[in-house]
Amino acid sequence: MSNEQIKNLEEIFEARIARDEKIEPKDWMPEKYRKTHIRQMSQHAHSEIVGMLPEGNWISRAPSLRRKAALLAKVQDEAGHGLYLYSACETLGISRDELYEQLHSGKAKYSSIFNYPTVTWADMGAIGWLVDGAAIINQVPLCNTSFGPYARAMVRVCKEESFHQRQGFEIMHKLCNGTPEQKDMAQDALNRWWWPSLMMLGPTDAESIHTEQSMKWKLKRKSNDELRQQFIDQTVPQADVLGLTIPDKDLKWNEEKGSYDFGEIDWDEFWQVVKGHGPSNKKRMKARVGAWEEGAWVRDAAMAHAEKKEANKLKKAI
Amino acid sequence: MSKNWPLWEIFVRSKNGLEHRHFGSLHAADAEMALENARDVYTRRSEGVSIWVVESVNITASNPEHNGELFEPAHDKVYRHPTFYELPDEVKHM
Ligand SMILES: [Fe+2]
Ligand SMILES: [Fe+2]
Repeated sequence: MSNEQIKNLEEIFEARIARDEKIEPKDWMPEKYRKTHIRQMSQHAHSEIVGMLPEGNWISRAPSLRRKAALLAKVQDEAGHGLYLYSACETLGISRDELYEQLHSGKAKYSSIFNYPTVTWADMGAIGWLVDGAAIINQVPLCNTSFGPYARAMVRVCKEESFHQRQGFEIMHKLCNGTPEQKDMAQDALNRWWWPSLMMLGPTDAESIHTEQSMKWKLKRKSNDELRQQFIDQTVPQADVLGLTIPDKDLKWNEEKGSYDFGEIDWDEFWQVVKGHGPSNKKRMKARVGAWEEGAWVRDAAMAHAEKKEANKLKKAI
Repeated sequence: MSKNWPLWEIFVRSKNGLEHRHFGSLHAADAEMALENARDVYTRRSEGVSIWVVESVNITASNPEHNGELFEPAHDKVYRHPTFYELPDEVKHM
C-alpha cells in the first residue's frame, strides 16, 4: 500500500471513530491503534491478575465466613476480569503466551497500586473502598471506548465492580464502629492506601504522554487529573461517614471551584514503584511467575489427556 | 514441551426463549473443560441456562474488506421493506 493510500484509510478510520462507530478486530486499523490497544488492554489484564495477590493474602484469615465468602468471590471476579481482557487482547493477533511472557519478563507493566503490602485485615476494606473505587472511575468511561471487544469486556467488568467497592466500604464501616483498636486499624489502612490510590489514577496531565491520541480513540474520556479530582470529591464525604481522617493536611473544600483542593502527591514514590522498586514488586512477580511455572505440569497433563481422548474417539470411529 | 491450550468461543443462552449469544472466549484443553471454564468465567451471577462452546479455529468469518460486495447489494432493494409500498390513507391494519 502506498503512503497516500494509508493516509486515506487512516482518515476514514478516524472519521468512523469520531462518528462513534465501533472498531472490530478484523477491521482495518492503523498499526499504532493495534499496538496501543494491545499495550493498554494487556496492562489492564495484568493488573487484574496481579491484583488478586494482595487480597489473596487474606482469604484464609478473613475474620468470618461471610467475609471470607465475599473476599473469595471478589478475588475470583478479578480473575474473570483478567480473562475477559486477555481474550479481548488476543483478538488483535497476540497470543496469551506472549502476553504472559511480557508480564513475567517485566516488559509489560501493571497497576502500581498492587506493589504495596496488605498488612492488616483493614487493608481488605481500604482496597475495596479506595482501589476498586478508583478503578471504577477509570473504567466506567471505557464502556464506550472505540474498540468493540474492549468496550464489551468493560461493560461486564463494571457491572461486577460495584460489589467490590461496597464490600470494602462495609468492612471499613464495621471496623469504624467497633473497638477503638479496630477504628485505629481502619485509620491506619486509610493512611497507607490514600496516596497510592491517588497515584493509581496516573501521572499528572503535564507528564502524561499518551493522552491526546487516547482521547481521540476514546481510550480515555477524561484526563488523569480530572479523574483524580472526581475520586477525591466523591471519597472525602465517604471518609466523613466513617469518621476517618484523610491523611492530607492541605485537603480543603474550595467553595469557588466546587471541589476539594489537595496536597502535593509524591511522584518520586510513584515512579520508583513503576520502575520496580516498590515495597512488594519482587514478591508479586515471584508469586505470579511461580504459579505459572509450578502449574506447567498440570497444563501439560490436561493437554495430553485431551489428545488421548480425541485419539480414542477416532480409533473407535474407524 | 508444553503445547498451548486452544481457544474456544463461548455462547450463552441467558434464559429460555432467548438465543445463545456470543459472550467471549477462553482457553481450555478440550470441549469439556471449555464448558466448565465457561461456567466459571461467564455465569458466576446466573447469567445463563445453557452454554455452547466452539473451538475458535472452526469458525469461518467474513472479511470486513469484502463488506461492499457482501452487504451493499441489499442497500438498493428498498422494495424489501414495507414502507416502499404506497397505500391509500383510509386503509387500516396493514
Ligand atoms: Fe477488576
Ligand atoms: Fe474489583
